[in-house]
This record gives sequence, C-alpha cells and structure tokens, in this order.
Amino acid sequence: MTAIVAPAVARRVSVARGYRFELVKLVSQWRIRVIVVACWLAPAAFVAVVSQQSSLPADTLFGRWMHATGWAGALVMLGFAGMWALPLLTSLVAGDVFAAEDRLGTWRHLLVAVRSPRRIFVSKALASLTVILLLVAGLALSSAVGGLVAVGNQPLIGLDGHLLTGGDAAGKVLLAWLCALAPTLALAAIGLLGSVVLGRSPIGLLLPALVALAMQLAQQLPLPVAVRLALPGYAFIAWNGLFTSPAQLGPLLIGIAVSLVWAALATTLAYLLFVRRDFTNSTSDGSGRRAITAGLLPLVVLFGITIAAVTPAIGSDAGITQTKVQQSLAIEFAHLYRLQTKQLNRPDVTEAQLNTTAECTKGGGQDATVGPGNDWRCVVTWHLPDVAAAGTAIYQLDVSADGRYSADGDGPKEVNGYFQVRTPTGDAPNPLWQFDGNVELLSASPKG
Amino acid sequence: MDRPLAVRARGITKSFGEVIALDGIDLDVADGQIHGLVGPNGAGKTTLLGLLLGLAVADSGGLEILGTPVGRALSVPDGVAGFVDGPGLYPSLTARQNLAALLALRGEPTTGIGDALDQVGLTDVADDRVRGFSLGMRQRLGLAAALLTKPRLLVLDEPSNGLDPAGKKHVYGVLNRLVADGTSVVLSSHRMDDVEALCSEVTILATGRVVFSGPLSKLAAENGELDYRLLTSDPETTRRLAGETDGIHIVDGIAAELLVVRGLVSALDELVVRVVQAGIAVRELAPVVSPLEAAFLALTEQQELNQ
Repeated sequence: MTAIVAPAVARRVSVARGYRFELVKLVSQWRIRVIVVACWLAPAAFVAVVSQQSSLPADTLFGRWMHATGWAGALVMLGFAGMWALPLLTSLVAGDVFAAEDRLGTWRHLLVAVRSPRRIFVSKALASLTVILLLVAGLALSSAVGGLVAVGNQPLIGLDGHLLTGGDAAGKVLLAWLCALAPTLALAAIGLLGSVVLGRSPIGLLLPALVALAMQLAQQLPLPVAVRLALPGYAFIAWNGLFTSPAQLGPLLIGIAVSLVWAALATTLAYLLFVRRDFTNSTSDGSGRRAITAGLLPLVVLFGITIAAVTPAIGSDAGITQTKVQQSLAIEFAHLYRLQTKQLNRPDVTEAQLNTTAECTKGGGQDATVGPGNDWRCVVTWHLPDVAAAGTAIYQLDVSADGRYSADGDGPKEVNGYFQVRTPTGDAPNPLWQFDGNVELLSASPKG
Repeated sequence: MDRPLAVRARGITKSFGEVIALDGIDLDVADGQIHGLVGPNGAGKTTLLGLLLGLAVADSGGLEILGTPVGRALSVPDGVAGFVDGPGLYPSLTARQNLAALLALRGEPTTGIGDALDQVGLTDVADDRVRGFSLGMRQRLGLAAALLTKPRLLVLDEPSNGLDPAGKKHVYGVLNRLVADGTSVVLSSHRMDDVEALCSEVTILATGRVVFSGPLSKLAAENGELDYRLLTSDPETTRRLAGETDGIHIVDGIAAELLVVRGLVSALDELVVRVVQAGIAVRELAPVVSPLEAAFLALTEQQELNQ
C-alpha cells in the first residue's frame, strides 16, 4: 500500500515580481548600462557642442536653427534617433530579451520559477518597454537640456516659417518625441517577435534595425503615398507636421495609428508563438520555417490591408503636386519675410499685406510638375504696402519623396542672398537665404 | 504500513512528433528518499524530469506530485525545485544576486542566502559574477538556488557534473541532510557511483520504458553472475582455490598478481572463506563493473534487443 503526501498548492509568480526580475536582469547587463548612460549624457554634449560650432548640420531638419534656439537641438536629435538610434536601441533591448534566455540556457530555470509562459512573456515585454522608454526619455530630455543650456529658450522657426515662442516650442518638441514613441513601440514589438521567432540567430537581434533601414529606404523611393503611410515607421517622419500652422495632423495621426496596430499585432504574434513553444527540447530555440512564416505572414497581410484602408483617406491629389509646393513655399516665404523685416528693423508688414504667391516648375518646365526632385524652380511674388511694383524672388527647391524640401535662394541677393542679420542670439544668416519646409502628402487644405 | 509518495506516475506517455519519449511510465518515488533515474542517452530521463518540474505536460497518464494531480497546464505544485540540463544562472549577476533575484521573484525574504551558499561551499565567491564560475561551481549554485525554495521534492539532472571531489562531498552532504529532513530527491546521473552512493531506490529507463524500479539491493540480488577483481598475498594459491570452488570461473587475469573471477555472490563468499582459511590475506575484492552498472547494461541492452 502507498499513500500520497499532503497535497501542495500550485502558486504562480505574479507579473509584478516577474517584471522586477526581468528589469534586474536587463540593468545588470553592462551593454544596457552603457546605452542608458549614453542616452542620458551624449545628446546633451552633442547638441551643446554642435550649437557652438560655426558649421551647423543644415542637411538635418532644424539643424540650421541650432544657433538660434535651444529647441532645435532636440529636434535634430529626434530626426537622428528616428533613423538610427531608436531602431538600434530597440534591437539591443527588445530584440534580445527572449534570445538571451536561449543563449544562456535559462528557459527551464525561468519556467520552473515562474510557472507560466504567459506571465514570463508579459514580464519581459513590460521590462523591455520600460528600458526603451527610459532610453527615449534620456534622448529627449538630454538633447533639450543641452540645447537650452548652450543656446537658451529662444523662439523656434517652424517648417512654414512661423515663429513658435519658447513655451510653444517646448510643447511641440515634447509632443514630437511622444509621437515618435508609436513607431518605436512598433519596432520594439518587431524586436520581440524576432527574438521569439529567430531565437539565437543574429538576425533576430538585428531585426528592428533591419526593418527600420528597409523602411527608410522605402521612404526615399517615389512610392505611392498610401504605401508610404502604411509603413509603421512613417511617424518617425510625420512629426514634422507639428511644426506648421495649422499642424499637418492627417499624416501624423495615420502614421501613429499604423504604428500602434503594428505594435499590437507583432506583440500578439510573438505572444502566441512563445506560449506554444516546446521548452523541453534544449537544442531548439523555437525558430524554424513554420515559426518564421507564422510571424511574417500576418504582418504582410496587415501591410496590404493598411494600404487598402489608407488609400481612400488620402484624397485624389495626394503626394507632391505643383499646387501644394507653391502654396507651402508662398506661406513660408511670407512668414520668413516678416521675420527678416523685423531683423532688419524695417516697418512691419502682415502676411495678408504681402499677399505672397509662388509659381513653380519642375525640370525646366519639361517635366510634369509633380513628385520629388531637386529640379523644382519657383518664383515667389509679394507686395508691399504703398509700393506699386510686386517683388519677386527665385528659389531652387530640392523636394524629397517624404514631402520635406529645402529652398535655396537664387536672387535677388538683397532678398534671398547670403548676408548676416542681427538676431537676439547674435548674427545669423538671412532667414530667406536657405530654409526647410514640408509639403503635406495628403490632400491640400487651406493654410494661413 | 502505508508508504507516503512524493511522486506517483501511472501510464505516462509523451511524444515529440514521431518520437516517443515516454511510453507508459509508472513511477513511485517514496517520500524522504533519494531516487535515482538512470538510463542510456535518449531513454527519456530528461523528459521525465521535465514533467516533474512542470516544463512539459504528459500526453496521457496520471501524475501526482506531492499529493497534487498535475493537470494539463504547465504547472507543478509549490515545493518542487531543481534543474535539468544544468542550472539556469545569469552570468551578469553575482552568485548572491542570482539567489536574491530568485527569492524576489518568489516574494520571499533574502535571509537564507548566506546559509544556502555556505551549504554548497560557495561563501567565498558569493559576490563574484557567475560569468567566471566553473561548471562545478554553477552546479553547486544551482543546488543552492533550489535549497532556498525549501523544496519538498528536489529534481536534479546530473548534479555532480563537473564537480571536483570536494564539491561532490558538499553536494552529497547537502542531499543527505535534505533527505534526513524529509525532502524527496529525484536525480538522474550517468555516474553509477553517484547513484550507488546516494540512492536508496532506482528506476532504470530504456527507450522510454521502465525496465527496473525498486531498491538497489533488489537490483543487485536480481543480478546474475558478476566479475570480481581479487588481489591477495598469494596469487598462485588463490588461482588454484578459485578453480576448485563450485560456481566460480576464472577469467583471464589483467596482471599476474591480480585474479578476475566470475560467479554469484554466494560462490564468491565460499572462495573468500577458502582463501582466508589457507592463510592468504585478501588485499582487494571489488566488482570489475558495479552491480548497478552491470544490471543497467544487462537490462538496457535486453530492452534494446527487444525493440
């Protein structure tokens, strides 16, 4: 005869404890510690140093204004982060959070301790999200502090030439970084999925960075607007729309929504694949053709569905059109003309009095006046009170496929040539000489 | 008299695709004993240990651990601890931090860490990162982690892997103390000397089936003739006496002074009496292959032949 010993109850570890456990493991890694310190210190140093240099990163959005205001540095950093830093950081954190257990052979230990693959997944996802948020907060705050200390809380010139006060700029900069969280979450979710599906493979670790690189390349191509907006990284670009008046919220909201849907789907796929994994086989890290297909196929389908869903919403004249380029340039010129007038101590004029218009051609008038290219040429016309003749100025425009453009003054030099003007932060180039703008890719709406 | 069971398994099966890892396993692990699990590679030991630790769920059959039926979920009751395929440790944490993180995970105070490290002989390296630990030190730290949970059932896979004699002594001591306090231990090992030194009962697995389960003494008694090495002060006379003893066969000697004989224990007893009565000193008498190992080889080879 035998008897069973007194029954014992099964007790699972709570998500809160699992979360703390995962955080302890993450921050104990020297790699994570180094990048946390770097994200909180390096941007401040970078912005402070660059802001003091005579040569500014004018090819980066807001880079040309780093002498003028401390807020430009945080936006330069955001542009850089969207391209390189955030994809790499999500790779290092989310892309490794599951694969690390495969590498260390600790899955069985963890399962015995926690007793729930579901809770392990949630704990790991939350812990990696926490670290990523910490890194993003460091990049944002550090770059802003570096700019404010080096240059100060000066007004920021928006992408349509209007001036944002220091307070407005602070709010917009914060909002822009918050908007960038959406695509960061999408990349983090892709990182989780890669870490679950590809296991110890280096591709799993680098997946967010590779996906982000592919999306950047795609944004440089003359793709249809619907395809562009359906990519989860578009919100890394669309925050530009916050710096016009009124804000170009359409592309931004679509970009954020798409990013969040990608984040939700990729996380769900990672979860489903993870909880179905067989942990008794120590030689298997859960990867395999079937897992890769199960992880990839739904995202491809989502991409297709998003294109179909976005297409009706973008309007018939989506993309870069002559009308939108002309409208955008005319508005920006008017705002900057007022700024130049003030800096040159001339009598103030209003945008309404200037009644600015622009006439643009592309490719010397031979090409269709649509699409990106560095062969846009525009003639801006404006009026001054009590002056009969209209003023004109010529600009060469380099318009990118994502709607961003840089305008280069081509005369007359008294208007848009290079000369120094006096500003509260010292001498600066004539604001009408070279400037950046943004063409809204969705249907044009009246602005002022 | 009822014998309390820490583990009661009946008709357990587990397959991975086409591969049958466990094929109708019955297992009783008595409470407060060390139960050995041996078998050739691929016999299903790790899978069975995985079931006991809640890492997998059986396809069919009934499993009760510490009196609690284990259902379809990946969950075993509190009081079960251990490791398979080596302990899971985080190299970026120190030994103490590894244990503290485990306790924090379970919501328990960290007061027992020093004692656990002391029991396995790792006090001196408590604040060193595990990255620099040898395999044996990791094994001992894994055991310390299991001890912290105050287990009622300890499941260990090759616990003496990589251990030096001092480390092995620590581990043996810890396991014997645990059993004295009422803990049950299931351990798998390829080292028969470990099993013989520690276990009171053993289960031999081959190709996913149990070929023997019971006390070690029963296994030895059931075993047939064994080869014994016999070293005496007079090899020539000993050889002659062995030839005259019923049931003893002389196997060609390894060396001139060393005699290898084959026979049952009873026949060997008779030979030893004769040798001693002849005024010859017996300097060494040991099985060439341990009874457990011999039984293991015989049973597993037979099982493979039956397949």
